[in-house]
Amino acid sequence: MSETRLVVGPFNRVEGDLEVHLELSEGAVASARVNAPLYRGFERMLEGKDPRDALTITPRICGICSISQSVAAAFALGEAIGLRPAPQGALVAALIHAVENAADHLTHFNLFFMPDFCRPAYEGRPWAAQAGARFAPGVGGAARAAVEARAELMHILGMLAGKWPHTLAVQPGGVTRAPGPREVVRIGAHLRAFRRYLETVVFGAPLEAFVALETAEAAAGWGAGDAGVFFEIAADLGLADLGRGAGRYLSFGAYPIEEGHIFASGLWEKGAREFDAGAISEDLSHAWMLGPARHPFEGETRPDEEMRAAAYSWCKAPRLEGAPVEVGALARQVVDGHPLGRALVAGAGGGVMARVAARLLELARLVIEMERIVARLDPAARFMTRGGEVPEAGRGAGLVEAARGGLGHWLRIERGRIASYQIIAPTTWNFSPRDARGVPGPLEAALVGVPVAPGEAVPVAVQHVVRSFDPCMVCTVH
Amino acid sequence: MKVLWLQAAGCGGCTMSLLCAENPNVFQLLEDAGVGFLWHPSFSLETGAEVAALLARIEAGEVALDVLAVEGAVARGPRGTGRFQMLGGTGRSMLDWVERLAPLAGDVVAVGSCAAFGGVTSAGGNPSDAVGLGYEGTLRGGILAPEFRARSGRPVINIAGCPTHPDWVTETLLLLKAGALGAEALDALGRPLFYAQHLVHHGCPKNEFYEYKASAVAFSDQGCMMEHLGCIGTQAVGDCNIRPWNGEGSCTRGGYPCINCTAPEFEEPRHAFTETPKIAGIPVGLPTDMPKAWFMALASLSKAATPERIAKNAVADRVVVPPSIRRPKGGK
Repeated sequence: MSETRLVVGPFNRVEGDLEVHLELSEGAVASARVNAPLYRGFERMLEGKDPRDALTITPRICGICSISQSVAAAFALGEAIGLRPAPQGALVAALIHAVENAADHLTHFNLFFMPDFCRPAYEGRPWAAQAGARFAPGVGGAARAAVEARAELMHILGMLAGKWPHTLAVQPGGVTRAPGPREVVRIGAHLRAFRRYLETVVFGAPLEAFVALETAEAAAGWGAGDAGVFFEIAADLGLADLGRGAGRYLSFGAYPIEEGHIFASGLWEKGAREFDAGAISEDLSHAWMLGPARHPFEGETRPDEEMRAAAYSWCKAPRLEGAPVEVGALARQVVDGHPLGRALVAGAGGGVMARVAARLLELARLVIEMERIVARLDPAARFMTRGGEVPEAGRGAGLVEAARGGLGHWLRIERGRIASYQIIAPTTWNFSPRDARGVPGPLEAALVGVPVAPGEAVPVAVQHVVRSFDPCMVCTVH
Repeated sequence: MKVLWLQAAGCGGCTMSLLCAENPNVFQLLEDAGVGFLWHPSFSLETGAEVAALLARIEAGEVALDVLAVEGAVARGPRGTGRFQMLGGTGRSMLDWVERLAPLAGDVVAVGSCAAFGGVTSAGGNPSDAVGLGYEGTLRGGILAPEFRARSGRPVINIAGCPTHPDWVTETLLLLKAGALGAEALDALGRPLFYAQHLVHHGCPKNEFYEYKASAVAFSDQGCMMEHLGCIGTQAVGDCNIRPWNGEGSCTRGGYPCINCTAPEFEEPRHAFTETPKIAGIPVGLPTDMPKAWFMALASLSKAATPERIAKNAVADRVVVPPSIRRPKGGK
């Protein structure tokens, strides 16, 4: 049968650019190679700088997960200094971070993922007209409602973080602005407006009803709101079985407050267990990077300017205990033990439907968690712990959960300056190239078997699988 | 008016900020004004081969390019090849694409400080050898020559900022559409004056602290951040405190310093961003349009005259001494 190659790119709605090389056989993807085609070298920029400068520079790695980068940098620096945030400061940081993550999930669903169902290839499907009316880029009703709801939600960030993206409000000791009583009630008002929007437009029902779902069948039968449009499409196109992952999920744990993480940390591999951050390494065999595989505390970033033929991406290949992991909202909800999260990966790794359903689930859960945080804010408390000098030598790691999954910063300080700074972003995990053993990254593996019709220059099923991961390409290589 | 938007070596944050436009939302606002996109990497349906075909038609002159908007600096490395950023599926670097398309454009708009001057992408040792379209830091000439003019005759329009305020971008596009952006509408660095003629200091809620040099000593203090925490809002252009961000925010309102993100080379202040460099205890880099001796004299006078209310509030994280209530003359 015919074997052909196909290069797919430029790939949009992926927060940056992406190029996917496919080998096709028998009308399906036989193998995939994923290229992150942009190198900026943030890790190198930071070397020799005052460690506090990481708080200004690293958020600018990414315009969509900027606060995640802030929080990771603050944790890494805080660990090196030996400074923990004031408990109320940690709550505000968690709130700021949750707002960004909720906004990202909303943006992904409405602006990045759903528009692909408006493609001419789907004309004639029973849901095509509705998909077009709701999700046509720039004009769809859902797209416009989403940007308005998102902009108002972000008023919380204007108030607590000064602006979005690229805030300096999150510091190792807490947050720079202490909310007073009137800020707290105003934040509550913004959250109620956001809940009303979600319940009216996205879910068509109380958030608690979606959060109460426990089986994949119940989710698939959800008929209300724009979520219902998605589940109808998912059933018609078989998205549950499209782009299934390997079923190995990692979460660093999200929103650390006094009592622990709001969403648990751990590794899921047919069961949940703790993970060892010391067992992370970055393999460079197929990246245009020089040097051996190392743990990020010992790692380095030296681009291969020759761009050797054996490699095909600027992205390194992070591995946990030597094997790839999938990260993201699905991983978080599986690790956290939400019944729907676990049900979506029962028997096999989740596919396109599971990744998107988990993101919707988390969006609903996040609003409930943000409401709980606001109820606990105490305007009389301190929001910043003072003190803490940057040491002459030290190190620290900041492991957080961005919307797209686990994000890690590893900082080493020598002679009071940054000696090394290594970053592994969520999409570095998900869109990693092969490692030295030839094991493909999670997207590369998920693309195998995806159908590509003869002559299809923009294979639509490939679009769904790629975007189901909610990639952030500017973070990937950084 | 049709805009082709390309994302070069940057973070995408100016697009993300653009989505925060309000009253009306960004899509409605641009549609009402008659501004559309030939293609936008975050908003458009078209992807892959569809985009490559569009770019080929623009390059061949078959599709008119009214505005080329570039977000992000342009990577020239390694060794001048531009291969640190290849535009997926095209086998060509972003450097090559921008160089080829810019002369075809009615106007070229650099969105954000990276596209304008290099910005954070060129920080540290500038690992990707990135520059702006029309500038390399403060030097004229980026990937485009100093004498570059778009078809309109205008130089590159630099909507500098990190990120850009959504209104800076939408209002620039609306002014272009209305034919109301004359040469006199840009400052010497090509930044639209409607926001670059203001200073971040204008409308800063810490102005009263500034008047008395009642300074914040550490983060979360309410006082002026110029003396100790690296704030350069008195010299930085931007209307950030006149029309706030995300509802009611700005950097200084958020309790952290202005780092002059609308200026070339802000990414390399040559000191820690959040610490004011001092010589013999006196901050360097005082306001430039005022004789230094006068500034020092006024500062020491006003410091000596600082009311207790302002002195106490400056080093607290909330108002601890409210203004006294002024009794009307002849009142009971």
